[in-house]
Amino acid sequence: MTAPATAKIETFDCRQAFAETLVEIAQSDPRIVAVCNDSVGSSNLSAFQKLFPERLVNVGIAEQDMVGVSAGLANGGFIPFVCGAAPFLTGRALEQIKVDAAYNALPIVLCGMSPGMAYGELGPTHHSIEDLSWLRAIDGLAIVVPADPAQTRAAVRWAAGSGVPSYLRIGRTKAPSVTADDSNAFAFGQANVLRQGSALTIVATGILVSRALEAAEVLAGRGIEARVLNISTIKPLDEAAIVAAARETGAIVTAEEAMTEGGLGAAVAAVVVRHAPAPMRILGVKGFAPTGSATFLLDHFGLNRDGIVAAALELKGS
Amino acid sequence: MPASSAPASGGTILDPLPAAVDAAERRDRLGKIATEIRRSVVEMIGRARLGHIGGDLSATDTLATLFFAVLKVDPGAPTDPNRDRLILSKGHCSAALYSTLSLRGFFPTGDLATFMQPLSALNGHPNRRKVPGVEANTGPLGHGLPIGVGSAIAAKLSGADWRTFVVLGDGELQEGSNWEAAMCAGHRALDSLTAIVDRNRLQQGARTEDTNRLDPLADKWRAFGWDAVECDGHDHQALFEAFTAPRSGKPVCVIANSIKGKGVSFIEDRVEWHHKVPSPEQVERALKELAR
Repeated sequence: MTAPATAKIETFDCRQAFAETLVEIAQSDPRIVAVCNDSVGSSNLSAFQKLFPERLVNVGIAEQDMVGVSAGLANGGFIPFVCGAAPFLTGRALEQIKVDAAYNALPIVLCGMSPGMAYGELGPTHHSIEDLSWLRAIDGLAIVVPADPAQTRAAVRWAAGSGVPSYLRIGRTKAPSVTADDSNAFAFGQANVLRQGSALTIVATGILVSRALEAAEVLAGRGIEARVLNISTIKPLDEAAIVAAARETGAIVTAEEAMTEGGLGAAVAAVVVRHAPAPMRILGVKGFAPTGSATFLLDHFGLNRDGIVAAALELKGS
Repeated sequence: MPASSAPASGGTILDPLPAAVDAAERRDRLGKIATEIRRSVVEMIGRARLGHIGGDLSATDTLATLFFAVLKVDPGAPTDPNRDRLILSKGHCSAALYSTLSLRGFFPTGDLATFMQPLSALNGHPNRRKVPGVEANTGPLGHGLPIGVGSAIAAKLSGADWRTFVVLGDGELQEGSNWEAAMCAGHRALDSLTAIVDRNRLQQGARTEDTNRLDPLADKWRAFGWDAVECDGHDHQALFEAFTAPRSGKPVCVIANSIKGKGVSFIEDRVEWHHKVPSPEQVERALKELAR
């Protein structure tokens, strides 16, 4: 017996789009520098290093120094892209992110590579599931989570020209593209409505966006039309899109590859409870993960199509 | 406005030293400027009833020498891309920095009276967005040197000849981030960078050597690939020579041996004066000792 033929959906690791775009903008803007912590390979910076060896500042395994050095480079007129594994960049250098980048209001682009549970079997030490909660509390720091390569390319270009400190969460776990039209893949501060619906809204970010679309498909099969919002700018949040979703669909499920305390779901809930109270379910990571691959762990925490569908059905009481 | 409207000491902008002065004149003029800064510090802290007087007074001669005889800075163009950078890593000594900047002409000396008053630009720790001449918002220890390293890399990448100076507390060197930065600067041979350690041998709670030993301090810097020199942190000519030595292919650490609370007898070298505030009578006594 042969297996049924299934259309193979192409999936992407966003680091490649990140690295290609960085090289592209660095070619026309000499102020762009990359700063890293022995992470040339894991941040896909080899091409950048080859083309601009002087502008690749590898400080070694020293995250506090990495962010401080970036502040000095910004003081000297450069636009640093600080590339390190998300757990170490945000955890080890949190005070430097708060003070040297945000409080100093310098145009530093903090690039958290391989976030969430991308490092799978390496365990909770290497997972970055707290970053959204930590960084949301820092005044003046923009937080952007691209969902696919097209969004990544646009977000890198936006960050380079923004003039403000920002955090880009650059995904490693492969996921399908969610962008239909590359020309409007990403606008800073704006949610993308990927699917219209009036029965409820699924609000997702990053790798969970494609899974939210899959869930909406299943729900549609059961007669439940779900709206799907891709929130690629976590901060500042597109409050208007959230309020409209709450008012027009009356129920919200959020989904993110991060701790539920303080991440996307918490941000959405704060808006909903103030402007348009509606029942919600907040899906995310619940504590330190057991051993397993990135995809195993997403399933383990219900961060997949079926988990989102179940939460939606529970909300709708069916 | 603060309750007291008395103007800060000095009250007028002081001129930087011309390049061509001899050692004796340099000592004399910087000595007088340092006295004005110290008087201002005592008045500011006495008025605000807050501040870090011991470290302010130990770092005063370093700041006076830098701003009045070494740094290429223009108070009229505080963000000139080619300016020298001075980063006060020991940001709690903001009263000394504000006094120095103000006397050098970066902002009116009258503003010093607002130190730590509600909504004043002159916070307990400096803010570059509010105070002209401040290069970096510092306060938590161990932040200034990495920023200085980045600044020196920026100069190198730009092919520019501006220099970077970072003023560090000695107790601050217990923070590991300094040594990440020291290793990086040594590796990259950043000879436009000078770190100045205000070596007053006291930290908030006790002597540095009784808390977490720093000596042999010069050897530590040398082991990280730096040139290290020691000098009297209150001898303006010695500081001047250390800060203007020809570039050697290595970053330079100047260990400025100083006395915490320098200039006020009852504050000098006493651990409790890290952030103790002088009474009005003590302010009067201090100002008498700091006679012009």
